[in-house]
Amino acid sequence: MSYTLSNEQLSEIEEILQHDLIDLGVHCVFLIDMAGNIIANHDNGESSHDIYSLAALAAGNFGAVTAMAKIIGEGEFSLLFHKGVKENIHFSKILSDYLLITIFGNDISLGFLRLKVTDAVEKTKKILGSFDAE
Amino acid sequence: MAFINMKKKEVQIKIVYYGPGRGGKTSNLEYIYKKFKERIQTEMITVKTHGDRTLFFDFLPFDIGKINGYDVKIQLYTVPGQVKYNATRRLVLRGVDGIVFVADSMVIRKDKNVLSIKNLEENLADYKKNISNIPLVIQYNKMDLAEQGIPVLSFEELEKDLNLVLKAPSFSASAISGVNVVQTMKKIIAMTIASIKQELK
Repeated sequence: MSYTLSNEQLSEIEEILQHDLIDLGVHCVFLIDMAGNIIANHDNGESSHDIYSLAALAAGNFGAVTAMAKIIGEGEFSLLFHKGVKENIHFSKILSDYLLITIFGNDISLGFLRLKVTDAVEKTKKILGSFDAE
Repeated sequence: MAFINMKKKEVQIKIVYYGPGRGGKTSNLEYIYKKFKERIQTEMITVKTHGDRTLFFDFLPFDIGKINGYDVKIQLYTVPGQVKYNATRRLVLRGVDGIVFVADSMVIRKDKNVLSIKNLEENLADYKKNISNIPLVIQYNKMDLAEQGIPVLSFEELEKDLNLVLKAPSFSASAISGVNVVQTMKKIIAMTIASIKQELK
């Protein structure tokens, strides 16, 4: 099964990523589906990460962590975050089929990022809401 | 589940190499990576165990250029073949658009092939997909071992074991030397794109 989003939907999502996250100082943000496809992405112009590989690994990683949660009797873990020396990565699930991945530096606190990501997720949910990929 | 980005004019397609452990799935991707290195802008990603076996998956993104004005990005994945990693195999299959089943032609692996294709069928069913409907190519790998005196199953025997009902396109191959590796990949890409086009009609 293949799926698509309209130009308007994609433009609205890109606007949210730019306005709510990149303008805040996030280095790179991308919205993917659980198959590892990239739906939308934005960066600050200085980030040169291989986002296709990151998307594949992020989808796999999220799937693995969710499976672990189920084994210990949790539906899923509410915070998924990896801390690095210079960059950190945060995952947020949107509906049942999408993931928002945010890469940010140490100049943004995790708490503040989570607030902003929650806003972006709520807005993106409304756009994707009419539509479930699988 | 291919994603078609109308805005960027881009299609992302997921193809998974499936099959029993040590059958040559990773070797297929390694050969493709070596052969098309100039066209592949990123490194091949592999998540391996210390023993060099696939733990999670291998991943190779591959641009094949434009079709009907759309940039086609093929994402090649392998699954871990070892029986114990079924949960991981199921994860990798999520959203798959096309499958290459890499069978091991060695006589001693006859039963493992059959078990693995059954396992594929079950895992696809979990995603409400039918092995008979999904684009599928079967590759009988390690045919070259016959020259070294290692007993291998004949093409006909393998067809009978694995492809009697499915009647999928199939190739004898050697992933190590590259025989029919590219042909297998081209066939699955063509079938998957045809299937997506059909769906969009």
